[in-house]
Amino acid sequence: MKNSHRSQKIAFFFLFLATLLIVVPVGLIVVVIVEKGLPGINWQFLTDIPRQGMRAGGIFPAIIGTIYLVTGAIIFALPIGLLAAIYLSEYAHDNLLTRMIKLAIVNLAGVPSVVYGLFGLALFVVFFKFGSSILSGSLTLGIMILPVIITTSREALESVPYSFREVSLSLGASKWQTIRHIVLPNAIPGILTGTILGLGRAAGETAPILFTVAAFYLPRLPGSIFDQAMALPYHLYVISTQVPNVDEKIRYGTALVLLALVLFMNLVAIVIRYRFRRKKKW
Amino acid sequence: MRKFKEFIIEKLVLICGLASIFFVVLIFLFLLKEGLAVFKSVSFFNFLFGKSWYPISEPPQLGILPLIMGSLLVTVGAAIISIPIGVGCAIYIAEVAPLKIKETLKAGIELLAAIPSVVLGFIGMITLVPLVKNIFHLPTGLTALSGAIMLAFMAMPTIVSIAEDALYSVPKNYKEGALALGATHWQVIWRVMLPAASSGILAAVMLGIGRVIGETMAVMMITGNAAVMPGSILVPVRTLTATIAAEMGEAVVGSEHYFALFAIGIVLFVISFAINVTADLFLHKRQ
Repeated sequence: MKNSHRSQKIAFFFLFLATLLIVVPVGLIVVVIVEKGLPGINWQFLTDIPRQGMRAGGIFPAIIGTIYLVTGAIIFALPIGLLAAIYLSEYAHDNLLTRMIKLAIVNLAGVPSVVYGLFGLALFVVFFKFGSSILSGSLTLGIMILPVIITTSREALESVPYSFREVSLSLGASKWQTIRHIVLPNAIPGILTGTILGLGRAAGETAPILFTVAAFYLPRLPGSIFDQAMALPYHLYVISTQVPNVDEKIRYGTALVLLALVLFMNLVAIVIRYRFRRKKKW
Repeated sequence: MRKFKEFIIEKLVLICGLASIFFVVLIFLFLLKEGLAVFKSVSFFNFLFGKSWYPISEPPQLGILPLIMGSLLVTVGAAIISIPIGVGCAIYIAEVAPLKIKETLKAGIELLAAIPSVVLGFIGMITLVPLVKNIFHLPTGLTALSGAIMLAFMAMPTIVSIAEDALYSVPKNYKEGALALGATHWQVIWRVMLPAASSGILAAVMLGIGRVIGETMAVMMITGNAAVMPGSILVPVRTLTATIAAEMGEAVVGSEHYFALFAIGIVLFVISFAINVTADLFLHKRQ
């Protein structure tokens, strides 16, 4: 009996150790980036174009490029993703087709990001002749975040109690009216969470934009959706591996801006989810 | 009129529902369209098992075995590190952790999942690479080992969250029954919970490995990018993904090199497809 308690203690110690091995490095990574990146960040860094072959100046075009890309991706992915989620939660029957759609979503989520880059290159850049442009990049990122949006939106829709729908239908509302006026409004926080998580994912990815939009060095703002653009993650890759002798402050500063952007979006998503859970009356 | 509107909306929703299938098929078709052309100049066997990758020599040598070995080495290394730690952490969060710190730990794991891979690659270059170089007295720290360690971190959030779900969905009466028979908490976890959740944990591990094989940026920044057959885990390697990312920018559209990179894309797509379908089967077996 004593023995089994001792082995429990030892086992739990190792489990705790495993947890520390994950959580401590994560904390350290964030702390190091914040500590070393913060001194490099000032108004000029955020609003100036890169100068002297990216060894001085700021990262404004990269920030703007990322905002354009993310906006484009969400404009494409949100309507399709939301309607797909509505199909799965409200219309789909439990049959082979539904099973296949779910499997396709899982696979879409699992396709390596660089393969999305290849696909975007083949379809949008070469086949549709959009060239290396914000349009090509946004569409590629849009398809990539589709599974995130579908999955979270579907969960949000399905968490609306069935009785809400029954009441609405029994009052003579049509199926679409019920979805539009009863189900959707109650699912909005969950859908918003999914959308923001998708945004964060799109903002941080590098591989899909490598050959579809990203410009190595473009010290001006893009003029139209058919222009190339700089983007934050690709810029960080470039200044940390492709350009020698970039000041450490600029590298860490860029990493911090990217990290802050992505984590901020995740934080917003978490807060929305948390507040919604507390407010939920059913 | 109203019926007509309902009809239109229903069809529109169905079309969007089918979009996922459409896109998966479209991705595969376009990879095939651009990638299969490479087999005009190199046989299928020589492509997969050729030992030299010199895509811009004349004539180009397009054997991807060194890249497959690179991916395999890094993936196996990452799996050895991440599976015990990831599953251990999942057990800790699901079963052992006090309620108060449970949510904090979960948030920490989510945080790790959210960090962009290029940021992890950057941090790895600055901290991990010099460390590996100094510990093993190597000429360079850009090695398969550094890549494996970094990738292990990227696999952990997937492993932890899915394995934790699997443990959580083990029926409570299994646990209560075993406890009532006088087993310690650890005996219950080891002999009852883990076997009951095994298919879910297996799926978690597979999806984590899938994430590792597909990971691109961090790997490209850390593993040193040498497309030669690796002799040990302490030498630079190049993975399938990094090859595409590093070389596609220079490949001329329509050249053999371009086709070969798409053919690598097919290989990656097939691997990820196989992993995801199998993992999905395991997850559904559980339900």
